[in-house]
Amino acid sequence: MGMVKSSHWIEPHPHGIYVKPADAWIDPSRAVSRALVTHGHADHARGGHEKVWATPETLAIMNLRYGTNEGQPVPYGEGIELGGVKISYHSAGHVLGSAQILMEYQGERVVATGDYKRRADPTCAPFEVIPCDIFITEATFGLPVFKHPSTDVEIQKLLSAKKAHPERCILVGAYALGKAQRVIGELRAAGYNDTIYLHGALEKMCKLYGELGVDLGDIQPVMETEKEVMRGQIILAPPSALNDRWSRRLPDPVTAMASGWMRVRQRARQRNVELPIIMSDHADWDELTQTIKDVSPTETWVTHGREDALVHWCALNQIKAKALELVGREEEDD
Amino acid sequence: MQDFSNLLDRLIYTRSRNDKLGLISAYLKKAPDPDRGWVLAALTGELDFPTVKASAVRNMAMERVDETLFRLSRDFVGDTAETVALIWSEQTDKSVVGIPTVGEIVDELASVTRADAPILLANFMDRMGSNERYALLKLATGGMRVGVSARLAKKAFAQAFDMSVEDVEEVWHALEPPYSELFSWGEGQADRPDLTGVPFFRPFMLAHPLEDRKVDLADYAAEWKWDGIRIQIVGTGQETRLFSRGGDDITRSFPDVSKAFAAVGVLDGELLVRGEYQGGEAASFNALQQRLGRKKVSAKMQNDYPAFVRLYDILFDGENDLRERSWIDRRSTLETFVPKLNTKRFDISTILDARDFDHLSEIRDCARDAAIEGVMLKRKDSPYISGRKTGLWYKWKRDPLVADCVMMYAQRGSGKRSSFYSDYTFGCWTEDGELFPVGKAYSGFTDDELRMLDRFVRQHTLNRFGPVREVEKTMVLEVAFDSVHESKRHKSGLAMRFPRISRIRTDKPAEEADRVETLKKMIS
Repeated sequence: MGMVKSSHWIEPHPHGIYVKPADAWIDPSRAVSRALVTHGHADHARGGHEKVWATPETLAIMNLRYGTNEGQPVPYGEGIELGGVKISYHSAGHVLGSAQILMEYQGERVVATGDYKRRADPTCAPFEVIPCDIFITEATFGLPVFKHPSTDVEIQKLLSAKKAHPERCILVGAYALGKAQRVIGELRAAGYNDTIYLHGALEKMCKLYGELGVDLGDIQPVMETEKEVMRGQIILAPPSALNDRWSRRLPDPVTAMASGWMRVRQRARQRNVELPIIMSDHADWDELTQTIKDVSPTETWVTHGREDALVHWCALNQIKAKALELVGREEEDD
Repeated sequence: MQDFSNLLDRLIYTRSRNDKLGLISAYLKKAPDPDRGWVLAALTGELDFPTVKASAVRNMAMERVDETLFRLSRDFVGDTAETVALIWSEQTDKSVVGIPTVGEIVDELASVTRADAPILLANFMDRMGSNERYALLKLATGGMRVGVSARLAKKAFAQAFDMSVEDVEEVWHALEPPYSELFSWGEGQADRPDLTGVPFFRPFMLAHPLEDRKVDLADYAAEWKWDGIRIQIVGTGQETRLFSRGGDDITRSFPDVSKAFAAVGVLDGELLVRGEYQGGEAASFNALQQRLGRKKVSAKMQNDYPAFVRLYDILFDGENDLRERSWIDRRSTLETFVPKLNTKRFDISTILDARDFDHLSEIRDCARDAAIEGVMLKRKDSPYISGRKTGLWYKWKRDPLVADCVMMYAQRGSGKRSSFYSDYTFGCWTEDGELFPVGKAYSGFTDDELRMLDRFVRQHTLNRFGPVREVEKTMVLEVAFDSVHESKRHKSGLAMRFPRISRIRTDKPAEEADRVETLKKMIS
């Protein structure tokens, strides 16, 4: 691999990426005065910043979670200028409101992806390829063992489990922001119109999605539902609730989990999952490498995840690349 | 093949033992011959393809995948077969030839040469999807890792055909995969397989740990628990075979023992090595290990490490089945049986003469013979029953030694612990205040403690060497071990036997951990 020089105006630090002329940080992991936030997941969007620029949807999510920031909304495709840096937000296809941040300064273009995926998602806008000089990509699933199967196949697994167990219920673990709504959205897209029941921790976010124009159909809180009614039904809960006392109120649940990590059997086993649903909001290996080819930057910087493998792949393909070691993101939830 | 791969996948994700039994027995009932017989052999660990080893799988993968990417992936996944199954590029035209059956796969794997094995596997892989690829590689290299013991698989067979597992186990070791006689018997189409004159293995009777229980020595007899290899000797007069605890035939590794036994009967005992090696506990076990792995044993090997058997019990005297009789009856038969044997190769395990339980406890504490692992307690009226049955036999091991050590390196585990830093190398202080590694352990902690240690490793990494991380020398681990002996493997010149983490001493500053000198004094 050839030497890769840091651009003089953009600096990777363990706690985030610093945009020097703008005096602003991208997804900083500690409170700063000026933050550019790609999306609402907790390891990218933290509370306590003095000023935040993000898409209107991300700001709404942050307001729901932290209740504090007003923030400066920047809709997709629109730009602002900070300290001579032109900054614009473009859809990343990860979760509702997720954005790649494009920065242009003295003729150089840098894109920070935050998290992204390339597959269709009924609950958010698709990834946009933005040509640039420096491409800062995530690598959550940056190993060639990660090839997410087709979403239809995985949704059918859920539906056939439901059919096979009319006396039980199908309890699906899914992260509160993004994955839960996507699972519902994909089920709806597959023509499933029954009521879907929700753990309390998912209600607010699903409601916010509804307010932001993402229709999730008939959803009801588990809290207000009789046990008998939920037999043969699909229920969503955050992963932490799967093996929790909470699940005792459900009729003999089949434990499922929707996550890209489910691709690895022992991972699913560690989670005590009976029905692994391999569905991710991150790019898989083929999508990561395809995206680097599509964007075709002069340099690729690889952030959180399995940087080593993706950087090695770049070297094999004569693409300049380096790993940025950001803290606090060792194992991304998905 | 799809049925088998579905079975494997469902077993992986099924927690309940009963559900596992149900899945396996449903498969065994439904699947055709010989597939189901081969699958049963795979689940009981009796399928072996001598020319297809893990290296063949690796070599096959190396033909298609970059080595670094493979290594990184393997490190993350924690299992070679699964890594290869996942990383393999799917062929689009795989449906043309069709997915082979288990029977076809087994036939070809059994006859392939070592050199052709990677090519054969690759051809199969190209005809399959990721789940079948995984099943193929597990089938080819053994070790299903689906949380199914050989006994559970036999139980599932019994359940499928409405038989008792004891009946199945009784004939099991006389039969060979794919067990067509067994299936015919199960389905009522044939009689019980005829075993006359066949020297076959009978399941061992095992003991529970005594833990905090106390027993009345009026009801229990006590004898030493020797630190060798538990074996069963089966002699038909024409032939003698030796079986290890799992029922593996180890006759060829110990011709000195099998040739010296000409009697008719089935005996239970401990295989030990005589001579100076018997003096050091670990050395004696190492000596046994030397011999155990070998298919052919040289005269020198037999001379250097002469083996003998200390007999515990007798299951058959001639053709006479004694297993229903009480231990005390069997013991008296054993006492008349043993003097007829070659004294160089066979002796009898002594019964400990203890007044009462406290006296026995004293005897146990004073035992300094390195080849003694502890004490066995056997109910005098106990029949010889396969497996562990509460209340009949207990093992009461010597208390382990302990030392406070400092974590130095950590490595990711495999299987259930893949991605967790669960294998720890730890050290003790030298006179000069340096830390020297003294051992490595990967057990003894709870899942919560593992998560805590994993977090510690990730947050206190100093250096990375491939899959190994060097950590800040601040975490004190109390390590329990059975013994310590001299070894060139570690810089400290010491090695522990069976080390495991007994406590995590977050309360203890690293400087106060034990010294190498202290460990040296514990050498037995």
